[in-house]
Amino acid sequence: MTNMHKMEWRVVAARVSGILVILTGVLLAAGMCTASPHDNPVPNIFDPRSTPAESIRDHSYFVLAITGLIFLVVISLLVYAVVKFRDKPLTAGREPAQVYGSTQIELAWTIIPVLIVFVLFLATARVIHAIEDARKPATAVEVTAIGHQFWWEYRYPALGVVTANELHVPVSDPAHATPTFLTLLSADTDHSFWVPQLAGKTDLIPNRVNHTWIDPHQTGVYVGQCAQYCGTQHGKMLLRVSVDSPEEFAAWVQAQKQPANHDDKASAGRRVFETTACINCHAVGGTNGTGRFGPDLTHLMSRDTIAAGAALNTHENLRLWMQNPDAIKPGSLMPAMKLSDADLDALVRYLETLR
Amino acid sequence: MSSDAMAIHQGTDVGSRPWVETLHGWVTTVDHKRLGILYILYALLFLAVAGSEAMIIRIQLMYPHNSFVSPQVFNRIFTMHGTTMVFFVGIPVLFGLANYLVPLMIGARDMAFPRLNAFSFWLTALGGFLLYFSFLGGSGLYGAGNAPDVGWWAYAPLTSRAFSPGHSSDYWTISLLVAGFGSIGTAINIIATILCMRCPGMKLSRMPLLVWLNLVVSGMVLIAITPLSAAQIMLCVDRYLGGHFFDTQAGGSAALWMHFFWIFGHPEVYILILPAFAVLSEVIPVFSRKPMFGYPVMVGATIAIGFISMSVWAHHMFSIGMSSYGNAFFVLTTMAIAVPTGIKIFNWLGTMWGGRIIFKTPMLFCIGFLFNFLIAGLTGIMLGSAAFNWQLTGSYFVVAHFHYTLSGSFLFGIFAAFYYWHPKITGRMLGERLGKLHFWLFFIGFHVCFDLMHIPGLLGMARRIYTYEPGRGWDTLNLLISIGAFIQGIATLIFVANLIISYFKGAKAGNDPWDAWTLEWSVSSPPPAYNFASIPTVASRRPLWDLKHPEDPDSRYE
Repeated sequence: MTNMHKMEWRVVAARVSGILVILTGVLLAAGMCTASPHDNPVPNIFDPRSTPAESIRDHSYFVLAITGLIFLVVISLLVYAVVKFRDKPLTAGREPAQVYGSTQIELAWTIIPVLIVFVLFLATARVIHAIEDARKPATAVEVTAIGHQFWWEYRYPALGVVTANELHVPVSDPAHATPTFLTLLSADTDHSFWVPQLAGKTDLIPNRVNHTWIDPHQTGVYVGQCAQYCGTQHGKMLLRVSVDSPEEFAAWVQAQKQPANHDDKASAGRRVFETTACINCHAVGGTNGTGRFGPDLTHLMSRDTIAAGAALNTHENLRLWMQNPDAIKPGSLMPAMKLSDADLDALVRYLETLR
Repeated sequence: MSSDAMAIHQGTDVGSRPWVETLHGWVTTVDHKRLGILYILYALLFLAVAGSEAMIIRIQLMYPHNSFVSPQVFNRIFTMHGTTMVFFVGIPVLFGLANYLVPLMIGARDMAFPRLNAFSFWLTALGGFLLYFSFLGGSGLYGAGNAPDVGWWAYAPLTSRAFSPGHSSDYWTISLLVAGFGSIGTAINIIATILCMRCPGMKLSRMPLLVWLNLVVSGMVLIAITPLSAAQIMLCVDRYLGGHFFDTQAGGSAALWMHFFWIFGHPEVYILILPAFAVLSEVIPVFSRKPMFGYPVMVGATIAIGFISMSVWAHHMFSIGMSSYGNAFFVLTTMAIAVPTGIKIFNWLGTMWGGRIIFKTPMLFCIGFLFNFLIAGLTGIMLGSAAFNWQLTGSYFVVAHFHYTLSGSFLFGIFAAFYYWHPKITGRMLGERLGKLHFWLFFIGFHVCFDLMHIPGLLGMARRIYTYEPGRGWDTLNLLISIGAFIQGIATLIFVANLIISYFKGAKAGNDPWDAWTLEWSVSSPPPAYNFASIPTVASRRPLWDLKHPEDPDSRYE
């Protein structure tokens, strides 16, 4: 029994090295498929663009290597046993030697896993500490993200900016790090902030203050979505993070701080906005609309999407969204406004002036 | 006796009793074997229901922006699928097997408390039917019926009245509370039976491993179900008596519910997988023609798993913002449970090593189990590594992982049990050809479905979403995953067909079709109501081996 064990080890060692090479190749290929930034990339966790996601990726390679090795060893033993010890006509009917156990072998397959577990624990603890206990530099941008059913509110307390659904952050050059530190809150049920290329998940839980941070190294738009079931439209509570160059970011902040644009040509639409239920939930700076239940619309047209990423921010979609939100996002908390066609057109014209 | 009465008796055999009488017999039975069969049939019924729900989920996710079902219906369906599979398939089938087998294996004539046994079964049955009655009564009197849509964890505050009006959440709460009391009753019963009803010579150290594992499982049920029941009662207090345990709008704690749920939820996973381990520990030795390798270590590893599983719950909560020390602690306990689990895999391999492996369907399912469970354990290590977990949790990766443990492992173990003990329970063999077809179709369907399912998780696909955006690399994968799911559905239909055909036309089994070694094979198939005409006496772990090999009995080495 022990002799067979030793012979098997040589076979296993040969196979392990071979298949590890293949495994690494597959992982690299998976990473390369999506290696170029564009506006709708695959949110691949093996293609990180920010320190927390990168340290997780590196750690995951270590875990994958160890688990891959264990897989190869055990699966080789299983295949060997199944092939070698299958019932053959020659031995049929004869009972094999009755072996009840072996203390040495059982000790070996207890102690080796204990050592592996200890190494994995230490490696994991290191990464947990590095990510969770990272110190906030003075240059950090601070954002408070508030999860709502089924959209995201972002507030930049130091900059005086309030926006929704599309988070803008500056790119973080390692030489002059400008990471973004997020305080995570929830207005209703549990949510989870997950942009796979930037960081792992952190939940937004009512009555609890959570934190996470990102320092994207490359400009572009990164997508993700709510990763904790939060109700009917959990599926379309999408996340978009726009990583801007420092100049773009400064310009964006400047534009967001402006009061709402008031165009006299759209005053009819503004009247519709101010005299219907819109103002119960939505705010537009400088109007009597100060609702907090839905997204702030002061600079609605600076966003690429509406309904938390469920639809592109186009004329047709805006109109459809107010006429029948269920056509885009059934079960969202936005009610159908039941406006006349004339009022609807006027309102869309007004919203389109909110740049 | 008059000749008239004789004539009536001749014309009436047992098979043609009025069906009402047969039904009455089954409903009022306190026989452990009949209750075991009832548990198993009940689990099969709900397996079909929850399996159909899985098919609805997979049809909806075949294509991006598919509209086969609405988001509301989708959320109900995945809630019901999860709740049903765990509480009304997993638990009943494991109690069914324990009920049927434990007394037979320890040489007892029934369970310790036969009436409690019947009471527990009917409580569990009531729970399942209550849950499904929610489709009619969920919204109470003022609207169309609704099933619960809060997910099977029912995280607070989604279950509070603000977010869950009507009664759908109440049906979820009450049905699990009722079924939970049933589980507690049966667990007490199994423990009492094992501790008090063993036949002469059946020392604890000679019990079949299946009995040992059920002892540990029942202990875990007692410890794990009680916090869930407590939480359900607290939730009812919140919803109807103005309590604020989980009501975050009034200062309650959402995280408190998570702790309550997972301190039940993680032991629950082991409560489900240990009975599958139990099946393997009986089937693998018989089909390798060798005794269990390292029996004492297997018992020790089981007890270790029982204890450690109580200390790992917060690894379901790595993303809720615990401190780095808290996270590190739960990484350590989670990784530690890999050690006794690994020992079990190695000991099964050790049992096969040097044996004469016979590839009958029960053994095929056991080998399939070993393959799947190895992968499930390794993805479990990835998930247990908190940092990696921050990317994997809440994604399709974790869905693939736990289906590897529950479908690829638990269900494979249960299928093995069906093929192995069906001859004992019905007196007829399950068809071997259909069985092999069932195994291979299910195995292939399983791997098409759940191997691929890991990948969308790595590509950022969150779980519990009713639809997804095209162009994120998930489209083709989801179509293939659905095809794999349908293959498993077809395989399950073949299994059901096999059950029905074999019940009527299967080959007669005889007492001991597998040349096995435990006591249940010493009685007729199906066993008589009293199990043993005279209570047996055993001298080793394999009493039937001793009987068949008087020249070299096990008792000589123990």
